[in-house]
Amino acid sequence: MEARPGIMPTVRKPSTRSWALGLFALILVAAFVVSLSLGSVSIPLKEVFGILLGKPTLRASWTTIILNFRLTKALTAALAGAALSVAGLQMQTMFRNPLADPFILGINSGASLGVALAVLAIGATGSILLAGISTAGDLGLALAASIGAGLVLGLILLVGRQVKNPTTLLILGLMFGYAASALTSLLIYFSLPERIQAYTVWSYGSFSGVTWGQLMVMAPVILAGLAMTIFLPKPLNALLLGEEYARSMGVDVRWTRVFILLSASILAGTVTAFCGPIGFIGVAVPHLCRNLLRSANHKLLLPASALLGAALALIADVLAQLPGSQFVLPINVVTSLFGAPFVVWVIIRQRKGRTSFSI
Amino acid sequence: MNAPILSARDLQIGFQSSHGSRKLIASGLNLELCAGEFVCLAGPNGVGKSTLLRTLTRLQSVLGGEVLLKDKALHAYSSKELAGLVSIVLTEHVQVNVMRVRELVGLGRSPYTGIFDSRSRQDDDAVQKALALTDVAHLSDRFVQELSDGERQRVMIARALAQEPLLLVLDEPTAFLDLPGRISIMHLLRDLARGHQQAVLTSTHDLDLAMRTADRIWLMNRNGEISQGSPEDLVLNGQFGRTFSQANLRYNALTGQFEEEGGKALPVVLRAEGLAGAWTARALRRAGYEVLVEGGQELPIVEVEGQGASNCWRLTWQGITREVSSIYALLAALLELA
Repeated sequence: MEARPGIMPTVRKPSTRSWALGLFALILVAAFVVSLSLGSVSIPLKEVFGILLGKPTLRASWTTIILNFRLTKALTAALAGAALSVAGLQMQTMFRNPLADPFILGINSGASLGVALAVLAIGATGSILLAGISTAGDLGLALAASIGAGLVLGLILLVGRQVKNPTTLLILGLMFGYAASALTSLLIYFSLPERIQAYTVWSYGSFSGVTWGQLMVMAPVILAGLAMTIFLPKPLNALLLGEEYARSMGVDVRWTRVFILLSASILAGTVTAFCGPIGFIGVAVPHLCRNLLRSANHKLLLPASALLGAALALIADVLAQLPGSQFVLPINVVTSLFGAPFVVWVIIRQRKGRTSFSI
Repeated sequence: MNAPILSARDLQIGFQSSHGSRKLIASGLNLELCAGEFVCLAGPNGVGKSTLLRTLTRLQSVLGGEVLLKDKALHAYSSKELAGLVSIVLTEHVQVNVMRVRELVGLGRSPYTGIFDSRSRQDDDAVQKALALTDVAHLSDRFVQELSDGERQRVMIARALAQEPLLLVLDEPTAFLDLPGRISIMHLLRDLARGHQQAVLTSTHDLDLAMRTADRIWLMNRNGEISQGSPEDLVLNGQFGRTFSQANLRYNALTGQFEEEGGKALPVVLRAEGLAGAWTARALRRAGYEVLVEGGQELPIVEVEGQGASNCWRLTWQGITREVSSIYALLAALLELA
C-alpha cells in the first residue's frame, strides 16, 4: 500500500457516529420538554415534570392540559416528524432524486381524496369535524384518509413489482397523484362552502387533534413502519449507486423496492391520516442530516433523520403556537415558511460548490 | 491456457418486453473467457456490445442458448452467489454526494456482510487490498464527488475488486477519460488480469489501446457476429478491416491505423530516416499524399536534414528547390508547387 505523508488514511472513530446521534437525541428531548411547557396557559417546568411523574399539582386543570392535550400533541408531532423524515429519506435514495418526498407517489393525494369524499360527499362527517372534538368524527376522517392512502399504496405496489425502471414508477406515482387531486378538486367544486371549510382545515395539517385513543392506533403503526427500516441500511446504501450496481452486489432489488414502498407508505400514509398532509419536513430533514453529518451512510442517516425529524416537528409545533399569544398557526404554514427557504438555500449552497445538487 | 471461467453456447441476446415480444440483437454466439485473461469487446457503435455484457452479467436475461459460469448455468446462481463471482463497472457516472471513497469501495463487500451489514476484519482487508491494487489508497478519506474522472473510475474499479470476483466486467470504462487516463486504466485492467486468477472483460472504443493490451479481442460486427482471437490474429485474417470498413475509411493492416480512402493520391518520394523521417511520412499521408521511397525525377522529392530540434526540409520538384524549417511550411510549399 502506498503511504503518502500527510494524507494517510485515518480510521474514523465509531464515537463520531454515537456523538451525533446522542446530540440529536438531546435536541429531541429538549424540544419535547419545551413543547410540553409552552402554550396558551403557562405552566412552570417543575410542575410539568411533576405531572409527568404522577405527583399532585397546584391546579387540576394543569394535569388535564398536560396529559390530555400537550402530551398527546407532542407525541404525535414527534412520531409524525420521525415518520415523514425516514419516509422522505427512503424515497430520495430509492429514486436517487434530491427533491423526492414521502408523498411523491401520491400517498397524500390518495388520503386527501379519502377525506374529501368523507367530508364533502358524505357530508355528515363535515359538521362533526367542525365541532372538532368528537372522537367518532376524527377517527372517521383518519379512516377515510387511510383508505385513500391505502388504495394508492396498493396501486403503487401492484405496479412497482412489474415496472423495471424506478423513474417509470415515479411518473406513474405522479399520475396517480394528479388523478386523485383532480377528483378532489371536482368534489370541492360541487360542494357547499362550509364543507369545503372543513376540508381546508384538515388540509392545513395539525398535530393537536389526535386523542389518546387515536394515538393508540397511530403510534404502533408508525413504530412498526420505523422498525421495518432496520433491515434497510444495506440495500439503501447499495441503491445509492443505482439499481444495476445494487443488483450486481447481490441486492434483491424488486423485493427491496416493495419493502421500501411499504415502509415509506405506511409511515407517510399514517401521518397524513391522523395529522393531515404535512409538507417539507420529509424533504428537508434528510438533506439536513446528510449535510450536518457529511455522510451518505444509511446506518447513520436513518436514525439521525428519525431523531432530527421528530425534534424539528416539535419545534415547528412550538412555533405554530406563537408562544405568548392566543393564536395558533396551521402547522403547514410554519413548515413551509421555514422549509421553502431551506430547500432554496440547499440548492444555492450546493451550486456554489463543485458538486451538483444530488442525494 | 487456463480452463474457461465463462463460456457461452449458441447464445442469443436482445430485448424482451413484458408482454413477450422480443428483439434479437445477436444469436449463435459461442464465446469463452479464461482465468487470468484480459479480453476487450470491440465493434462499431450500436452493434450490441452493452447488451452482450449485460446479458453475461445477468442484468438482462438470456434469450436463447446458455451461459456457463464455472460450469454452472448463469441463471442457476442466486443473486448473492453471482455477486461473489462477477462484479461490474458501468459507463454512467455515479452521482453520490458526501460518500467517502473508502465507503464506496466498502459497498463492494455487500455480498459477504449479511443482512445487518456487519463488517469483519476480512472485509476491511479486502477493501484495503482493492484500494492498493488500483492505486487509490491515498484517496480513501476523500469524498467521491471531489475526484477527477480518472480517479473516480479507479475507485469504481476498486469497488468491483473489493467484491473479489472471478470475473470483472466493465462497459466502456475509458469513455470519459483523456488519453493518459485511458492508457492507465487499460494497463491497470491488464495487470489485474495477469497478476490474479480473475478474468477481465471490457468493452471499448479504443481500438488502438485494445490492440496493445488485450490478450484476446471479441470483435462484434454489424450483423451481430463475433470473431475471437488475439489482436494480431484478427488483423491478419482480415476481420478487423471487414468489421470497421466504411465508405471512405479503410484499415491499413501494415500501420494498424484507419486511413481515408479518397481520390487518387499524388506520390511523393521521401528520403529521410529516423524520427523526423517517420513524422514527415505521417504528415504527408495525413495531407493525402502517397509516400514512396524511390521514384522518378518527375515526382516531388523531400529530403530531411539536421538533428534533434533543428531540422531542415528540402523539396525538389520540377527543377525548383525549396528549403523550409517546418513540416507545416513543407506542406504549404507542396501545395504551392502543385
